[in-house]
Amino acid sequence: MSIVLEKVSYTYMPGTPYERVALRDVSLTVERGETVGIIGHTGSGKTTLVQHMNGLIRPTSGRVTVDGVDPAGKGELAKAARLKIGMVFQYPEHQLFEETVYEDVAFGPRNMGLPEEEVERRVRRALSFVGLDFQQFSRRSPLRLSGGQMRRVAIAGVIAMEPEFLVLDEPSASLDWRGREEIFREILGLHATTGIGIILVSHNMDDIVRLAKRVVVMHQGSLIADGDIREIFSRQGKQNELLERAGVEPPRVTRLMAALSRAGLEVEKTALTIDEAVEAIVRAVGRRRLA
Amino acid sequence: MLSDITFGQFYPGRSFVHRLDPRTKILGTLIFVSAIFLAENYLAYLSLIGFTAATVASSRLPVRLIVRAFRPLLPILFITLAIHLFMTPGEVLGQMWFLTVTYEGLRLGVLMSLRLILLIVMSSMLTYTTSPIVLTDGIERLLRPFRRFGVPAHEIAMMMTIALRFIPTLLEETDKIIKAQTARGADFTSGHLFRRARNMVPLLVPLFVSAFRRADELATAMEARCYRGGESRTRLRELKFCWEDGFAAAAMLALVAILSILRFAAPGFPGTA
Repeated sequence: MSIVLEKVSYTYMPGTPYERVALRDVSLTVERGETVGIIGHTGSGKTTLVQHMNGLIRPTSGRVTVDGVDPAGKGELAKAARLKIGMVFQYPEHQLFEETVYEDVAFGPRNMGLPEEEVERRVRRALSFVGLDFQQFSRRSPLRLSGGQMRRVAIAGVIAMEPEFLVLDEPSASLDWRGREEIFREILGLHATTGIGIILVSHNMDDIVRLAKRVVVMHQGSLIADGDIREIFSRQGKQNELLERAGVEPPRVTRLMAALSRAGLEVEKTALTIDEAVEAIVRAVGRRRLA
Repeated sequence: MLSDITFGQFYPGRSFVHRLDPRTKILGTLIFVSAIFLAENYLAYLSLIGFTAATVASSRLPVRLIVRAFRPLLPILFITLAIHLFMTPGEVLGQMWFLTVTYEGLRLGVLMSLRLILLIVMSSMLTYTTSPIVLTDGIERLLRPFRRFGVPAHEIAMMMTIALRFIPTLLEETDKIIKAQTARGADFTSGHLFRRARNMVPLLVPLFVSAFRRADELATAMEARCYRGGESRTRLRELKFCWEDGFAAAAMLALVAILSILRFAAPGFPGTA
């Protein structure tokens, strides 16, 4: 089970004065169960890249396959391939339309032609993953919920299709700090329970660090770095310059550790999360006391 | 998908026609359209063609643009020509099956099609060389004298501007929702008519919701900036007539004068029916 992109290029509106190249020769393989963060500036091609993965757009040149099948093709096989990739778009709450939360979450599973009992099982399960109480919410109108709740319903609508990969395009945009924390905790919980692959598109490194082990850096339509998140931030010299030019800043924790070490505290600089940072600082302070 | 549709036909440029004041162009187009119906003989048509050709040439637009303006209207042109060709009684030129072609029919058909072509070319010149925003500015200014009769000139122009501004936004939104619902297994393209209409619900409901939300946000934003309608508002771009407008107006007047003379003072000219 893997998503494979080979030398994919994409041009918007070719042959018109508005022609714009969005992707240049991007090759990328995502394996089952991986957690991948895709980072880059606005207009770097992140969204265009992930829309190839379930056949929403066809590459201008190059090849996209999901388990060896072209998801943009025709027929049952291609359709099955598309259903393996669950897409959560930017501001997914804008796609809600049903009269009740239950009906909206059930839209995807019903389109898959599942029997009604299975649909209900999936709706219950999806709502519990996003932390919405079935009793309390299933009969309410999705359009009358708070912004954060609407977004959860929309994400549940994709989770209910039980895809093998969940692609999230800026899932935390315009949420407050608490909303971000909750959404990411829920997605991590889903990954831990089901082993679902996660592809997170974001321009915020702090978000990516929380969810992904591997990071892909996009810059002006090209893939400029792809690798383990720690390895990428430990890169020095030319490689590091490249990341800076793409506007990729290390996570805030990593920057803090670098600042501490410049200030004379001998900490390991590999920490990415707050917990790791706390441990590293405690160790460093402990060493200093001993000395 | 949908973003491939470019809205409006404005073709940016700095030619003589582009630089004309929008009021000149709007009024000029209206006068030209009425003047077409003054033409009766060949010389009158010749002057109309000459005027149109001169306008097109001075706009420096690529010819393929002008040709593109015709394409949607080709069936109408064809039907006009056919009806006149076969339905006009007169001197028989030839017969085909049950269809009779007459000299009068041929003449009328060609002239009618010519009128339509001139009409299309000149009105597309207006939209090709004037950006939608400038166009609404011109309309607002032209409607201003009618305010004393209760015509809300500024409000009409503002509504047009806002509508034009939001067409690309809504197209983008539509594209996004189509993709999102397609990813959830929605099908917008197959099935019979009734089913297809029902399948549009997942697209139309979010689209309406978002249009209303945007309208609401825009209203709030305008109110927060103390928008009060057109009363004592100044504008960023003042419309000003300059020598080009004078020249265009003179040319237009000359055309109307020639057409009037040909029609009313010299009725016996060759080609008059």
